[in-house]
Amino acid sequence: MSLLSYFFGTKQKTASVAKERLSLIIAHERGTNRTPDFLPALQRELIEVISKYVNVGVDDIKVQLEKQDNCEILEVNITLPEQPK
Amino acid sequence: MARVIVVTSGKGGVGKTTTSASISTGLALRGFKTAVIDFDVGLRNLDLIMGCERRVVYDLINVVNGEANLNQALIKDKHCENLFVLPASQTRDKDALTEDGVEKVLKDLTHMGFEYVVCDSPAGIERGAVMALTFADDAFIVTNPEVSSVRDSDRILGILQSKSRRAIEGREPVKEHLLVSRYSPKRVEDGEMLSYKDVQELLRIPLIGVIPESDDVLQASNQGTPAIHLKDSDVATAYQDVVARYLDEERPLRFVNYEKPGLLKRLFGGK
Repeated sequence: MSLLSYFFGTKQKTASVAKERLSLIIAHERGTNRTPDFLPALQRELIEVISKYVNVGVDDIKVQLEKQDNCEILEVNITLPEQPK
Repeated sequence: MARVIVVTSGKGGVGKTTTSASISTGLALRGFKTAVIDFDVGLRNLDLIMGCERRVVYDLINVVNGEANLNQALIKDKHCENLFVLPASQTRDKDALTEDGVEKVLKDLTHMGFEYVVCDSPAGIERGAVMALTFADDAFIVTNPEVSSVRDSDRILGILQSKSRRAIEGREPVKEHLLVSRYSPKRVEDGEMLSYKDVQELLRIPLIGVIPESDDVLQASNQGTPAIHLKDSDVATAYQDVVARYLDEERPLRFVNYEKPGLLKRLFGGK
């Protein structure tokens, strides 16, 4: 086997490296660049509602839409302020 | 309306203009009255590839601005009866291209009896490229089997799916066709180049054809003859196949397999 691999080479082919890199970057960019238009509005309204009850700022709420294969995940992350006293 | 085909890619130098010239010629040779429009305002090129650069008097912007009518601006192709070229302006700045203006040109072409309008998009994702794809019914995504081209094609697909009229109005989406160009079966075989299957898997749109890498393309552009006209050329045959598949004819893929040399040759000769 080692003799064969000496002749034919076992180094990973550059085309497969390219494919790997592309599948990662494209998946990532599809997630970030194709966010639907409602996200900023959703974020704004969430802040309005939550700030009625808790004192939160604009930066305390993160809304993200991630895509994995055929499944979309809406991730809402709210950081509550530390309790005074 | 005439069927509007945009030839786009994001990245430059992948073969958009070569493809626009050959596809429009192919449709005209099939008997369809076809117009091909250069949207690359500022960097006119299609006229050179079509070999009509010395007959340009008026251009797309003149028509949009009402300074000339379509009959004055359209240049009849020297090879095909049914083919007309609308060149880009070299001098105006690209903000002169308006959505209403382009829409009017497409409507007027329809009234003149054109069945297909091929829009040759400029590279990039700026105004000119967006204008070229706005009214598209079909999109040919020209992609080289190479990382930056594939990534840019994915970007332009995103724009197509958000900024085209069909997307905005919620109609049936623009029909996307992947055209892999500058393909070298030997390098794919050697693991040096992404295969067309890899590209298709990454971009996830239907494949309409593979155009092999060939010296003939330069020979064609040197002479101002669309590559599809070349005699005994793989590129010409590949483009004819693409046009046939676009018109729903079955054509098996050609020029995608490399004839492997035997074991002895691999051991004793070459790499």
